[in-house]
Formats: sequence, C-alpha cells, structure tokens
Amino acid sequence: MKTVDLTTSSVQDLNHALHQQSSSVSEKNWTITNPKGSHNIAVGLDADLDVDIQGHAGYFCAGMNKEANVTIHGNVGQGVAENMMSGVVRVKGDASQAAGATAHGGLLVIEGNAGARCGISMKGVDIVVKGSIGHMSCFMGQSGSLVVCGDAGEALGDSLYEVHIYVKGSVKSLGADCIEKDMRDEHVIELKGLLEKAGVDENPLEFKRYGSARQLYTFKVDNASAY
Amino acid sequence: MCGIVGLYLKNDKYKDRLGELFTPMLIAMTDRGPDSAGFAVYGDEVGEGWVKLTVRHLDESCDWAEISDVLSSKLNCKVEWTNNADVAVLKINGDEKAARDCMSELYPDVLILSAGSSIEILKEVGLPEKILSKYNVSNMKGTHIIGHTRMATESAVTMEGSHPFSTGSDLCLVHNGSLSNHNRLRENLKREGIVFQTENDSEVAAGYLAWRLEQGDTLKEALENGLKDLDGFFTFTIGTKDGFAVMRDPIACKPAVLAETEDYVAMASEYQALTTLPGIENAKVWEPDAATFYIWERK
Repeated sequence: MKTVDLTTSSVQDLNHALHQQSSSVSEKNWTITNPKGSHNIAVGLDADLDVDIQGHAGYFCAGMNKEANVTIHGNVGQGVAENMMSGVVRVKGDASQAAGATAHGGLLVIEGNAGARCGISMKGVDIVVKGSIGHMSCFMGQSGSLVVCGDAGEALGDSLYEVHIYVKGSVKSLGADCIEKDMRDEHVIELKGLLEKAGVDENPLEFKRYGSARQLYTFKVDNASAY
Repeated sequence: MCGIVGLYLKNDKYKDRLGELFTPMLIAMTDRGPDSAGFAVYGDEVGEGWVKLTVRHLDESCDWAEISDVLSSKLNCKVEWTNNADVAVLKINGDEKAARDCMSELYPDVLILSAGSSIEILKEVGLPEKILSKYNVSNMKGTHIIGHTRMATESAVTMEGSHPFSTGSDLCLVHNGSLSNHNRLRENLKREGIVFQTENDSEVAAGYLAWRLEQGDTLKEALENGLKDLDGFFTFTIGTKDGFAVMRDPIACKPAVLAETEDYVAMASEYQALTTLPGIENAKVWEPDAATFYIWERK
C-alpha cells in the first residue's frame, strides 16, 4: 500500500502518480493523508485503484473518475465525482453542491447530506444519498438513478429527462415537468439493487418515485420540424 | 470570487490567541481574493459613555497625540489613543456624532474606518499576508474577528472599496457575491439618513442592516428582512458587538462552510481556511443552507 501525505506532497504530484497507474497497475491501494480541504484530489483516475482519502477534501474530488474506487473519510466540497465515467466514489461525510454533476456512469454514495444541485445534468451515474439533498437537485438529469433516504429540497428534477428519482422523505417542491410516479415492481427491484450496491439498509417500499412527465418543449415531436 | 473568514469565540479560552488563529485563515483565502484584504476585530471594549473610533491617515507620521489633544479640548472630554502603522484607535469619553463632526471639520484627510465600543476595522490594498504583517494581527486579542480577501467586481480596487464595511455602531459586514438591486436600495437608504462612502454593492448591504437595526430590529429580524429586500448573490458574514451571523441567498452559489466546537464557531468560504484551528478534526463541520441565517450571540 502506498501512502501520500499532502502536507509534504502536492496534489499535482499525487495525481500524476495516480495517473501513471493507468497503463498498468503496479500499486492498487493508495492512502492519502492530510487532505486539509485541498481541491482536485484524485481527479482523472483511469485504473482499477482503491484510494482512501483520510479527511475532508475540497472541490472536484475524484472528478472524471474511471474504474477507481475512491473513499473520502470526511466531507467534500463542490463537484465531487463530477463527470465520473465508472467506478465508485464514497463520501463518508457530507458533500457540498453539484455532487455527481454531469456524471456518465459508476456509483456515487454520500453517507451524509448533499448540498444544492446534487446530480445536476447527470447522464447515467447512480447516486445514493443516505441523508438529504439541497435545492435544484437532478436539474436536467438525463439518465441514471438518484436515491435519497432523507428529504429533497426545492425544485427537485426540474426539466428532467429520464433519470429515476427515489426519495424516502419529503420533497419540498418538484421542479417543472417533474411528477410523482407509481412505484411498480421493476422499480422496487431496481431500488433494492441500488441500495444493496451502496450498502444502505433501507426498505425500498418506503420510497416514492419521481420522474419526467415529458411535457416540455423537447418532448414534443412537432417541434422537431423547426430544425 | 472573494474569500470570507470569521472566528467567533464562545468562551475565553482562545481570547489571547484570536489574531494568531485568524492569521492563517485569512492567508488561506489569498487565492480567492488577492486584490485587497481587511478585517474587523472585536475586543478591548470601552466603558459606558465612551466611543472608540478606528481612524486612518495615509501619512504614517501623522501626529495622533496632537490630534487627540485638539479633540480633547474641542470636545471637552478625555481622549486616549494608540496607533498601529497608519491607523489609530481613539477612545473618546464623549458623543460619537460630535467626535465625527469635529474630525471631519478639523482633519478632513483622516478617514474613520469604524466606530463603536468594541469594533476595530483595518483594511488595505494588497495581499492578505502583507496586510496581516503590517498591522501585526497575530498578536491581537479579542472575542471575534471577521475578515475578507477581495477579488473586485463591482467597484475599484481601493482601500475604501475593500471589506469589511461598517455603516453602524459596532456593525460590520463582509460579502462574497454581487447584489443586483444595490443602486435603488442605496437611494432609498440615503433618504433614511444612511451615509455611504463608496459605490460598492456590499456597503449597501451593510447600510441596509444598520438601518434595520436602527429601526429596532433584532439581528434576527434584520436578517429576515434582508432576505426579502436584498436581491443578488451573497454569502454574508456579519459581526455585531456581541454577535456573529452567516447568511446565504436562496440560490446559494457562493460557497460557505461552518465549523463549531464547544470553544468557537468558525466560518470560511472554503474548508482549507479552517484546517489550522485547534480541534478542527473533531469539530462539527457543515455547509450552511440557502436562504437561511445562522446567529450566535453572547448573552
């Protein structure tokens, strides 16, 4: 196992060392100590690595992640796992705004709360939040799933495309074109799988499902003639 | 951008180390605001009937002893003074307005940075590290301190345009963001008698709160009204003689993080600025909610 102390090593050097693993993995397990809120830790990983960050991280932690399994033992700043492609990012504490923004794949687990705009424009990632999420979450979400075990803030799922949203607690308000939908058997099965994958012990039958009503401009085939 | 930091002590444990704890916090926010920096420190409170003015003259050799003597004889009251680089603290055993009028008549070159019984504001153009060392901040003592590192957007990079802003007794405000209705609001507040020194949007927010407090609002009520009347992006940190508050607008795109232990409450734009605080590893650390204010006050 390799340990990198960010009081003596720069984030740039750390990321460079992690990127060198992408051609062939010589060191699978990495521990990062003293992150002290630094930005851009473990960004752009492209290998089957296990990275443990021991403390609070700053902005864009584990952004653009591919294949790697990154765990943050603390809180993270804005844009954790933004544009993630695959792999698993797990935040033991809270996440700030725009967690999992635009992410295409993989699994993002936030064991605390997530701030505003969680999963904004998500494109295929699965996000599981044990706590609550802030306002404007899943705005323009295109595909993937967002699971919230606590409550959701204002304007959930505004201008939503095809993301499946599951919320156990209350939803302060739904965004434009986002509606509550029936929880059919296939959704219970999907949610059960997501909760298991995230290691979260919750009963899928206690959740409500939200999705797009598909009534906005982009969903009307007649508008295609404008192009 | 801009960076904000604040440290509010809940007890006397770190009172003698306030400046020492604050110094690395402000330096950590240099990347967010390298244009200018400033801070308001609360402590060394004057007694009943006294007022404390923080004043500045560009000439460091300004004769504060003479100014104090003249003020003392003109106002017919005791005046004590200490100076720190180009700034002096005048403690006047008299009326604030009379002292202000006298200063502006006799010494128009002297700028009053703050007035109150506890507050002292110091600010300057340049890197935070330079300003902290100029005023020897690491040796400062007190109960709470609020700082700002500025990347200017709405007005010029000048000492006057840097934060904190103070438009009322013992009140200060620092701001990250930009207000969109500051022009109209400034005109309204001028009609209510609030005096502004700059064209800066943040000064309007400070003026607004000063006006609400003058109208008899509690700090909580003033902030509630502020959420209704201030339009734009903001994360504010606000200091009063005994209080400390943080408030974000409903969109909440300007960052903020809070940390609390049994000894202190700390606020910063980014967690990086909190990492040097004692016991931060076990502090409760969280992001303040949108359209919500957080207040701590000494009873």
